[in-house]
Amino acid sequence: MDLKLTLNIADPDDFYRELIDSQRHMDSAQAAMMNCKLVLILANHVGDRAVIREALKRAGGAA
Amino acid sequence: MFKTYSFPKFPYVPSPEQKSGEVRRHRLVIIGAGPIGLAAALDAAAHGLPCVVLDDNDTVSVGSRAVCYAKRTLEVFDRLHVGARMVEKGVSWQHGKVFFKDRRSYEFDLLPEDGNKMPAMINLQQYYLEEYMVDALKDHPDVDLRWKHKVTAIAQHSDHAVLTVETPDGAFTMEADWVIACDGANSSIRAMVGAQFTGQFFQDRFLIADVIMKAAYPTERWFWFDPPFHPNQSVLLHRQPDDVWRIDFQLGWDADADEEKKPEKIIPRVRAMLGDDRPFELEWASVYQFACRRIDNFRYGRVLFAGDAAHQVSPFGARGANTGVQDTDNLIWKLKLVLDGDAPPALIASYHEERAFAADDNLLNSSRATDFITPKSAASRMFRDAVLQLAEDQDASFARALVNSGRLSTPTPYLASSLNTPDADMFAGAMKPGTNCADAPVTVDGRADWFLNQIGGRFTLLSFGPAPVESVSFGRVTAKVLQVGRDIVDATNLLAARYDAAPGTIYLIRPDQYVAARWRAFNETKIVQALARALSA
Repeated sequence: MDLKLTLNIADPDDFYRELIDSQRHMDSAQAAMMNCKLVLILANHVGDRAVIREALKRAGGAA
Repeated sequence: MFKTYSFPKFPYVPSPEQKSGEVRRHRLVIIGAGPIGLAAALDAAAHGLPCVVLDDNDTVSVGSRAVCYAKRTLEVFDRLHVGARMVEKGVSWQHGKVFFKDRRSYEFDLLPEDGNKMPAMINLQQYYLEEYMVDALKDHPDVDLRWKHKVTAIAQHSDHAVLTVETPDGAFTMEADWVIACDGANSSIRAMVGAQFTGQFFQDRFLIADVIMKAAYPTERWFWFDPPFHPNQSVLLHRQPDDVWRIDFQLGWDADADEEKKPEKIIPRVRAMLGDDRPFELEWASVYQFACRRIDNFRYGRVLFAGDAAHQVSPFGARGANTGVQDTDNLIWKLKLVLDGDAPPALIASYHEERAFAADDNLLNSSRATDFITPKSAASRMFRDAVLQLAEDQDASFARALVNSGRLSTPTPYLASSLNTPDADMFAGAMKPGTNCADAPVTVDGRADWFLNQIGGRFTLLSFGPAPVESVSFGRVTAKVLQVGRDIVDATNLLAARYDAAPGTIYLIRPDQYVAARWRAFNETKIVQALARALSA
């Protein structure tokens, strides 16, 4: 499976609002911690190392 | 002075060759009488290979140092007849807890597999191990253990090395067909041969304290990340024999080693950790920094490197002594066969091939644990803390799998070794060529025994059911048949299960108890070819 870059989420505007709202009451440190947890949870959900590697690269990570 | 241990003092004995001034050629000289040098000597003795061991000191290790001994290491020591004594004295453990800040993050169980003679892990102070090995070597006709002998120079020749050795009686010269340098992470022999020793240095300093106390803590490995009693750092607690507890405190990169070694600094740290006023006494303490690095080649001419002299790892995961013992386990049988002219010198090259591969695997594991325990940036620290927070959730087992407070040492299989004959037949399970043999309970002459005690020290053909011959040879090297159902009885069927065996299955097993090849049916030509391959012939 390749990394999906076409829209894969229903109602994208609502998703985006949900994401932003989830950190509404957080300061930067708390939000950063939550982002770390989110990355870990979602990466484990994806599982496929090749897909995760492609995502790391797409996000601007070092190869 | 230690309260729980009195250090033996081994006498310096002037050697006849130094007295006479006659230069002698020895087959094997081992430099360093730490756990690895002594294991090499025991193994050489077991193979009937005479050796001289030189050590610049005259006692055992001061302080607990290498504490955890894993199953494979204990199996090697059992082959060398010191394993039982270690297990008897040592503290066997399998449970651990990981704490993050003021909370318990999770617990683990090493879940040792049933049907193994040796436990998953024991804790034992290094000085006990060394004492037991020196005892086992005492009066051995093939082992010449010399204290207060310091090697100060090495000259290499095509078929031997010349050592300059200093003793209380001055300097003398000795020759050796082969030298094994087991002189530790700061090996002076390594510098003498001009070997490279490169890798990653870690800035963090750690304090090790051996503390005597009657504590009601369970026999478990406890690891704290960022605990309230030692903020922003890690702490490890381990139980050792004699009510001695080993505590490792991470101190950070800017700690003053001399200052931190002072009892007035250590005692409040331990007091804060215990959190009450129970009595304890400080037995020994040391401050250390470490690196993860390996020698570029395990062999320089006639000098072979083993243990910390060849590879240095972080202390997390008990990989130092454990892998060092596996170095000499790999080396001695090869050296014996080559010295006897029964295998070509090429067999020695497989020592670097197999053990450098294992060292790299250990270094990778060790560096990963170190990076988790001592994150190098604010971002990696945040990921680390996120993992630890997620690990507290009972249903987030994936996060617990990411927590790395040191993965405990398991042997690295030599899956790509040139000594292996790759499988041509279908097999399931773990016993692939290049893997160390699994143990299993067996019956020998009606007595309960263990499989690993039936093999080792020579090539073996493990035959499940009758074989048409009693042995197979290549040149002067013979692999004797060990027949399941006749020589050993597999009453529990565990041996057959672990080796995925059916009637007719044959395994060719190396002297170090590693699988060289396996087949579904006996074929002498193929066995001879595999034996030759395992000898680099």
